[in-house]
Amino acid sequence: MAEFIQYLINGLSQGGTYALIALGYTMVFGILQLINFAHGEVYMLGAFSGLYTSKLAGPQLSAFFNKIFNGAADQMSTPAAICTAIVIIMVAMVVCALVGFCVERLAYRPLRSSPRINLLITAVGVSLFFQYSGQIIFGSDPKAYPDLFENLESWTFGSDENLLVINPLQVFVFVTAIVLMLILRHIIFHTRLGRAMRAVSFNHDLASLMGIPTDRVIAATFMLGSALAGAAGVMVGMTYPKVEPLMGSLPGLKAFCAAVLGGIGNVTGAVLGSFILGLAEALLSGYGTPTYKDALAFAILIFILLIKPSGLLGVHRTEKV
Amino acid sequence: MGSAYKSEEKSTAAGIMSLRWWMLAIGFAWLLNYFLPDVMSPYYFQILILAGINVILSVSLNLVNGFTGQFSMGHAGFMSVGGYLSAYLTTQFVESRPELFTDSVTGELLATGIVIYLAALIMGGLAATIVGYIVGLPSLRLRGDYLAIVTLGFGEIIRVVFLNTDAVGGARGLSGIKQFTSFGWVYTLVIVTIFCVWRVVHSAHGRILLSIREDEVAATAMGVNTTQGKVRAFAMGAFFAGVAGGLFAHYLTTLSPGTFDFNRSFEVIIMVVLGGMGSISGSVVAAILLTVLKEALRPLQQITGVDLRMVIYSLVLIIMMLARPKGIFGTNEIGDLIRRKKGAKGGAT
Repeated sequence: MAEFIQYLINGLSQGGTYALIALGYTMVFGILQLINFAHGEVYMLGAFSGLYTSKLAGPQLSAFFNKIFNGAADQMSTPAAICTAIVIIMVAMVVCALVGFCVERLAYRPLRSSPRINLLITAVGVSLFFQYSGQIIFGSDPKAYPDLFENLESWTFGSDENLLVINPLQVFVFVTAIVLMLILRHIIFHTRLGRAMRAVSFNHDLASLMGIPTDRVIAATFMLGSALAGAAGVMVGMTYPKVEPLMGSLPGLKAFCAAVLGGIGNVTGAVLGSFILGLAEALLSGYGTPTYKDALAFAILIFILLIKPSGLLGVHRTEKV
Repeated sequence: MGSAYKSEEKSTAAGIMSLRWWMLAIGFAWLLNYFLPDVMSPYYFQILILAGINVILSVSLNLVNGFTGQFSMGHAGFMSVGGYLSAYLTTQFVESRPELFTDSVTGELLATGIVIYLAALIMGGLAATIVGYIVGLPSLRLRGDYLAIVTLGFGEIIRVVFLNTDAVGGARGLSGIKQFTSFGWVYTLVIVTIFCVWRVVHSAHGRILLSIREDEVAATAMGVNTTQGKVRAFAMGAFFAGVAGGLFAHYLTTLSPGTFDFNRSFEVIIMVVLGGMGSISGSVVAAILLTVLKEALRPLQQITGVDLRMVIYSLVLIIMMLARPKGIFGTNEIGDLIRRKKGAKGGAT
């Protein structure tokens, strides 16, 4: 039983990071009908900007927060570590939002009126460009993440046989992911920007006629999605303390599969699909064959496209001529 | 897109399509096969062979991506199916019946060995076709971008399956494959591939494919079975990818699942896009160009110590889409461009 709960916790934590990436995919797809292949690379850049922020300013930041919470700079405490992590995540989010803005402005916007296939090829090109220039700039060897929560002990429950170990970092990742999703939900459903985004995704031309600055709304969508991917990058970097320039492609594709599973273009669906995928992967590697873990997402994708191409929560739209 | 129809008329008039030219080309390839290895350094020879394999890959992918307008990203997957199966077959045969392959006295390659090799290549191609059919039938009902991601995902699934199959070496890969692939075979198959794709594209079936690319809804309205057309193009593309995989396996003599990751598919896509989606000669030119460029950039890599190749490729891809989305040749063939130039000159005088 404890084993099962352990897998559930791992799955939820993994699903949280998938969800943050999948949200960007689903928002961009909803608004442009574009699979933004470069999204996984934005996540990678987020991890790296988090890495360099914590290398450059990490000790100063934690000293600063320790002073606030404990009065002494050299005493580590949990709230200080959490605050440091949050600041690092925010820096990465800002960097990624800028990256998302630049990608949209330089690569996708000039192609807005061209066939979708050209946009897709460009997206693939942008993705490859980030992967390989990342290898040149950061080096292709995996880099270790500084451990912010080093003196934090894991919470253990139960006795020897039913031992349950919860890493506080996993809880932190899960909670942060949920908070970010709630903020996104608020933006989409309760702000002017969100209403504009929904309008543009509903009908681009009509929204433009109603005076909505569609270009600006699309740029904002890219920035929001990229910021979430950046947060996911930092959190994954913290949990699996290794980052490398090619780390983005597989989680990116898996998150896309999760978005399709939930119904692409649907924000709630993306979150649901991601948690299902995270749990399924955790259970497969726990009880089944971990080596097949990487194929699971694609198997789910093909299966869902066969059974219900609109996804779990998606609305089936008939194509009109 | 009337150009396909016109170009067929023109090329038939020019006599390019007649079979004997193709036979002559194959004969020429075998002629080169006999004296090229002596004249050329092994390094350049290897580039030639890899360029040939890339030509097969890009021309066959062009049938799917260029002529039919379906964006497949799983070409490396089909290549690996063909490569693994044919390599597995020949290594099994070489182990169990070595006398079929080499003459025990002279050590020369026997004709039976060649026949088994070719049969293995075709088996590999057919296996890739079957897999392509299985993947294509459901996913080709879907819109373009879904197909892209499904084929990409399928390529990954194939890789993971090979990674976990001990019969083909698992993560270590398959090694000890006999090197059957020679210049002659590669270029014979290059010519066969170009011939087949050319004939298909310029047939009634090819017009079905073009109609799917140009306007799927209109094609359906005209009574074209679009799903069937797409699946056929997909299966045929997969066949040649499988054959190319077999050639590749029997040239390198080792295979590992990592050889066929999605970067391999991307490389082929870049060739097709660069050459022009819907231009066979464009694919040929781009495949040769990029294979040579890859080697030409090697010194740069040694100087700077970093692999700039893929960065340059990806930038070329982006800039191409921004500046000239139809590729070098667009949907024209190289012959069309030459003829047009001649026509323009004739008009001027």
